[in-house]
Amino acid sequence: MAVKLDSAVNGPALYEGTKIPSPVPSWLQVADSRREDGNVIQVNFGPNHPSTHGVLRLVLDLDGEEVVGMRAVIGYLHTGFEKSMEQKSWWKAINYPSRIDYLASFQNEMVFVLAIEKLLGIEVPARATWVRMALAELNRIHSHLIWLGTVGLELGVQSLYFYCFEQRENVLDLFEMVTGVRVHGRYCQAGGLAEDIPPAFVDEARNFCRGLARQIGAYERLTWQNKMFQKRMNGIGIVSAEDAIRLGMSGPNLRGSGLNWDVRKREPYLFYDQVEFDVPVYESGDCNARVRVRIDEMRESLRITEQALDKIEQLAGEPWIADDRKIVLPPREELQTSMESLIHHFKLVSEGYRVPAGEVYLPIEGPRGEEGCYVVSNGGAKPWRVHFRAPSLLTIAAAPTLCQEHLIADLIAITASLDTLMGDSDR
Amino acid sequence: MSLLAPLATVQPWWIATIEAFVIIMVLLLGFAFVTLIERKLLGRFQRRFGPNRAGPYSILQPFADFIKLIRKAPFQPDEVIHPILYLGAPVLSGTMAFLAFSVIPWGGGWELFGYQIDGQVANVSISLIVVFAIGSISTYGVLLGGWASESKYAMLGAMRSGAQLVSYEVSLALSVLGVVLMARSLSLVDIVAAQGRTIWYIVPQIVGFGCFAIAGVAEVGRAPFDLPEAEQELVAGYHVEYSGMRWGLFQIAEYVHMITISALMVTLFFGGWLFPFGHRLGPLWFALKLAIVLFCFIWARASLPRLRYDQLMNLGWKVLLPIATVNALATAFFVVLK
Repeated sequence: MAVKLDSAVNGPALYEGTKIPSPVPSWLQVADSRREDGNVIQVNFGPNHPSTHGVLRLVLDLDGEEVVGMRAVIGYLHTGFEKSMEQKSWWKAINYPSRIDYLASFQNEMVFVLAIEKLLGIEVPARATWVRMALAELNRIHSHLIWLGTVGLELGVQSLYFYCFEQRENVLDLFEMVTGVRVHGRYCQAGGLAEDIPPAFVDEARNFCRGLARQIGAYERLTWQNKMFQKRMNGIGIVSAEDAIRLGMSGPNLRGSGLNWDVRKREPYLFYDQVEFDVPVYESGDCNARVRVRIDEMRESLRITEQALDKIEQLAGEPWIADDRKIVLPPREELQTSMESLIHHFKLVSEGYRVPAGEVYLPIEGPRGEEGCYVVSNGGAKPWRVHFRAPSLLTIAAAPTLCQEHLIADLIAITASLDTLMGDSDR
Repeated sequence: MSLLAPLATVQPWWIATIEAFVIIMVLLLGFAFVTLIERKLLGRFQRRFGPNRAGPYSILQPFADFIKLIRKAPFQPDEVIHPILYLGAPVLSGTMAFLAFSVIPWGGGWELFGYQIDGQVANVSISLIVVFAIGSISTYGVLLGGWASESKYAMLGAMRSGAQLVSYEVSLALSVLGVVLMARSLSLVDIVAAQGRTIWYIVPQIVGFGCFAIAGVAEVGRAPFDLPEAEQELVAGYHVEYSGMRWGLFQIAEYVHMITISALMVTLFFGGWLFPFGHRLGPLWFALKLAIVLFCFIWARASLPRLRYDQLMNLGWKVLLPIATVNALATAFFVVLK
């Protein structure tokens, strides 16, 4: 793997060697001699703090304004989703993943369904896949918008928060139009979609894409093109590509460190090999690079969405779910006339379908990084084991490495730029 | 008597008392509506409505807020250093904020029923220094409050504000030196009069104005220099352990301080209550100019990111201070030459 460590084009040179503290990589320890000086105070940063995105708790050692020690305490949002999923039949368990990473709810739901489909070996109609792609990219935009808004909030650019959430509202409207609810849609089914998309969706989605494309320029003017924003972000929280890999960081954070790695390009799922898009990569590895990667990604997501919308229009009238009565519910109107359909329906809603024994790990490119789903089936009607690879967990573990020799204000900027979500990390 | 010697008051003491009372009322009302207008304007900047529930144009919002604050249980941590220090801090802050306004002229003076009424409560010959001195004392309110709360976040906030306010006071004082040299007086009344004779000092003192504007925002601790209470870093900074009207007093102090600094800016650089016509309407012109300056304060808050602590210090000591010094020296040079 070719990792560049020389001077970056748009930022300070990446450091030589490694910054990962030892012996515990996710824990920044203060030397005892320094603590005995009496200048170090320990501050509990969270779990209820305005800028720790939910319930992240950081135990900080501060020497004046400088962060000298840091330990992340997680688990305040642990809900046991993975265990609960083992108690539910396969089709009921689809409800849970969208609650894990609630900002990328559709993507999480989709990765679980894709894993089931891989175990089932079921063929998904092309139209359903294109709809999934359009929604997945809209979901990525949704997540990035929330992230960008909160970055604005952390740095005191209040207005950015509102400008982002205004657009986020539009994405949610689209989701409401398609799934009936704003966030936890449960729209993916093994074999396709829960129902067809409404006819007006394509036009509405195009409208949104046009509107957001106009807005992104404004976001850029308020963020990385703003001198004061640059002062806060440039050269802050630098992590080299090698360190980022060793810390298990993925997704936009990795691309902000100059590594061209995107699951959509490397191991294409859905139809990502049939659409045109670029992977934004910045080499400086600082907060500014991570901001720019995500803003550029919103543009690329818009491109993908528009291509997917074109395909959806071309495939109008084609099926949106596989025609496999052992897995897919029969159409409602058949229940009155067909005894066989009625039996299928009864079996499917009472016991649910059985999935052949086996295990599968399926990664997708989520907004926060590699969103993986590991599923084991013993051939029954319920999953034997479900596990999610949560990018946020590893990113939080990496945060102390990035925060070394920084001030408390930088800590805010760094944790904001990393885009962690406690629901994702705690599960 | 010697202590009162610099007081060159011409109006009877009881008129000054009434005037002080009126000014405090106007300032309190002004504070209340500045908070409302700020929220309304921020709403407009951010493409939302802002408060729009309490009365037409939500003009009752400040009063609703006030009632809410008054009725809140006065919470106080057990560990406070000393109750008097803890309770005295907001009172000190609030008092000092109002006190500073007493020397700012907001009109040319009138003669009513044979009595002379001045455009300011107290005509002090060194009023500019008085304003800065009172501003320095109000720093103690913040420091005391943060320290007496015995909370780490409050302490951090207090230390930050102590450092920030003290360093920016230097730049602030130096940036107005040019104005003082040009008017050859430390009295705000004389400075306004001098601007009436020549030209508003924004024109010759544009550099000094720039320094004053930046240092002024930092001095009152408003965004983008709101580090003492940086919400995302220190939760609420020095007043994190205060609730109800005690917190309200800190808020009043902050806003009145902001109004005072804006008034000082108007007085020093925009001719105070002067206007090309309508000299009798001094207070109106003064309020108009004040409103424009306050609008800019709110505008900055809506659009700029907060600076980091060390960057703020660098800006104060390494950029503003040299510029203000050079400006003062250059002004002195020209004044002597003339």
